[in-house]
Amino acid sequence: MSQQLLKELTQSYERTDIPAFRAGDNVRVFIKIKEGNRERIQIFEGLCIKRQNGGIAETFTVRKISYGIGVEKTFPIHSPLVEKVELLRRGKVRRARLHYIRGLSTKAARIKERR
Amino acid sequence: MAKGILGTKLGMTQIFNDEGRLVPVTVVSCDPNVVLQKKTMENDGYEALQLGFKDKRVKLANKPELGHLAKSNSQPKRYLKEMAGSELYNFEVGQEIRVNIFEEGEIIDVTGTSKGKGFQGSIKRHNQSRGPMAHGSRYHRRPGSMGSIDPNHVRKGKKLPGHMGVQTVTIQNLEIVKVDLERNLLLIKGGIPGPKKGLVVVKHGVKAAKVEPLDPNNFIVSKEETQVNNAATEESVE
Repeated sequence: MSQQLLKELTQSYERTDIPAFRAGDNVRVFIKIKEGNRERIQIFEGLCIKRQNGGIAETFTVRKISYGIGVEKTFPIHSPLVEKVELLRRGKVRRARLHYIRGLSTKAARIKERR
Repeated sequence: MAKGILGTKLGMTQIFNDEGRLVPVTVVSCDPNVVLQKKTMENDGYEALQLGFKDKRVKLANKPELGHLAKSNSQPKRYLKEMAGSELYNFEVGQEIRVNIFEEGEIIDVTGTSKGKGFQGSIKRHNQSRGPMAHGSRYHRRPGSMGSIDPNHVRKGKKLPGHMGVQTVTIQNLEIVKVDLERNLLLIKGGIPGPKKGLVVVKHGVKAAKVEPLDPNNFIVSKEETQVNNAATEESVE
């Protein structure tokens, strides 16, 4: 009963405009960044390696190789600071958490496209 | 003491604030508290309001209780508590106090009864450290020395194992994130003492800026509603 109420409370904060994507997909994330009074959009593009938690607290982690160094960023999926998420390519993977990809070289870390 | 309201803890969740940051909140359900009695200087020697919270069945109330409640024309209440201070003193007997006495961003203190932990050792109960687990130390989770041999007894206040939890705990300087008048909910930043469904008292913070006495007329949700409520309670009392 009260769990249901807690869900109702957070429902208004949940976003419905985010496309369905899962681990293994390539995504482009548009992040709002505030610098003083100015607001700009930063783009972070890479491979979604996991989605964690549920409801309002759900997050996803994106990994990319930046100047030869692996970089990962985790975003709350319902955050108003995430302007939008674009699904670029769907990947075929057999895991929900792609942590194994961290230890692989670029060539070995290729993921087949899901159709 | 200051303005306050009784409620029950419902659980925790998270919401996004204006800056887009995810804030952990505890949801407290505060159904309207009814003013049951006004303690006056002449009669009682001090000024306070007695608030009643959460209806119970008429069968569960004894006769003196029913007589006391007849004065405010309200249902039998499970919890009664006094609120001292001038902030709420303008409210009259029979009026309802709702969550809208608080504003978003207000600093509050929350009092509740902490969760029971049973009989616990001094490590969990008093944050003491344990001895080495290996190298033949033979001293793992014990409370240590009982003190000097001189007084021939253990000094008062020595930290020893015993019952832990089920204490009245107040957490100060919490912030109200959201007031939901429709559902009678308060969303409070961070955790508060006690289990779910536990009684908590939400009060204006002792360390926050003082507030002026409230005018009860500003907090009436709708006149019809209060009338309907009164009619409903009268019927059930009969």
